Amino acid sequence: MWTWIHKLGSPPHFYRIASVLTPWFGWTAAILIGTGLVWGLVYAPADYQQGDGFRILYVHAPSAWMSLFTYVVMAVAAGVGLIWRIKVAHAVAASCAPIGVAFTASALVTGAVWGQKMWGTWWEWDPRLTSELILLFLYFGYIALRAAYDDQQRADRASAVLALVGVVNVPIIHYSVVWWNSLHQVASVAKIGRPSIAPEMLIPLILMFFGFNILFGAVLFTRVRGEVLLRERNAEWIRTLVAKS
Amino acid sequence: MSARTGVLEAARRLLTRDLRLAFRRPSELANPLVFFAVVTTLFPLSLSPLPSQLRDIAPGVLWVAALLSSLLALEALLKSDAEDGTLEQMVLSGQPVVALVAAKTLAHWLVGGLPLVVISPLAGLALGIAPHAMRVTAEGLLMGTLTLSFLGSVGAALTIGVRRSSVLLSLLVLPLAMPLLIFGARATDLAIAGEAAAGPLYLLGALLVFTATLAPFAAAAAVRISIE
Repeated sequence: MWTWIHKLGSPPHFYRIASVLTPWFGWTAAILIGTGLVWGLVYAPADYQQGDGFRILYVHAPSAWMSLFTYVVMAVAAGVGLIWRIKVAHAVAASCAPIGVAFTASALVTGAVWGQKMWGTWWEWDPRLTSELILLFLYFGYIALRAAYDDQQRADRASAVLALVGVVNVPIIHYSVVWWNSLHQVASVAKIGRPSIAPEMLIPLILMFFGFNILFGAVLFTRVRGEVLLRERNAEWIRTLVAKS
Repeated sequence: MSARTGVLEAARRLLTRDLRLAFRRPSELANPLVFFAVVTTLFPLSLSPLPSQLRDIAPGVLWVAALLSSLLALEALLKSDAEDGTLEQMVLSGQPVVALVAAKTLAHWLVGGLPLVVISPLAGLALGIAPHAMRVTAEGLLMGTLTLSFLGSVGAALTIGVRRSSVLLSLLVLPLAMPLLIFGARATDLAIAGEAAAGPLYLLGALLVFTATLAPFAAAAAVRISIE
């Protein structure tokens, strides 16, 4: 068990495992998301209040969830890299940030489109949208700090500290924004009743959730492979790898 | 081995040293205050000088101006000591870096944050905040600027080795400072309306305790990374 975990820290070993897993994750995600999308967009019944507009939920909710999940994965990887000085963990953290930006942007855009249909404005200072926006700023800060350093190791470790500070602050920011909004909200938006969601609406949503998680895995493995290749470009094992292919 | 200097003694000496250094250059001390006054002036000019409208935006203006001006001074927190090698000697001194960073942060707040709190009633009056709301505003700013200094010490430590770091520093620290802005402006808002502002003030206090206990550890880790 321990040797197996220990081996994961070695770049060539991780690279091999990631190469094997990427197509599995990619195809599973494609099947899940494909089924979920068709089911959700075509076969699921329209909402009695929101009509067909609610269907954007099938992209919005998983994106919003993944934007947070990616930040946590990034912080955990950064912490592992910082504490045990594992190079691969830093590569994972570095690869998470752009994926997180993509998920956050997707959640914001779909949220704005939904808001345009439901509230009549593209941007509403809704607590969830606002904290999503601040999360985007946190990702930008992380990427900017990483880019500011020329030295790879220093960039890794400094940004790791930032990711850990950020992950501690994310809940504080989120709840302060919720608190702030509950005071300023003029017209409260009718929430979609969570427990009363019909099963034929719920199942595609669950498919999409799993699909997005696995898609994250596939994209992450691909990015980490690129990151490892970049960092180890002078290593012997890459030369033999290139010679073989 | 000779007797070592105690942690508190070392922190105290560093604090007095930093204060003495700061007071040797009084014009730099005044800069954040002038910046604060200038930013506060921008809002009535750009929005409206009508007292009724000014009163609505006053808490937000005061807090944004205070955050920006204390952020401006943060870059200097560690930079000069890092450039002439003093910081490296401090890390090598064997004293816990956490205590040293906390002492430096406190000194920085005493010369950069506290004066802001002291002159905030003046700016508040100019913006039409009623005198009875001033105490709550000053209490909020007292805790808010101190919290920001501790948050900022992490950002300053992370950007020691970076050229032209002030924009990056703002980008790192401002998102983390948003809860301060929310609670602080809310406290002033409540006080102006004549209601009890204890709730947001307690939350500000909680943030201060939380940040002041944890941020020095993150900042110390960042200092070690930046200078090793």
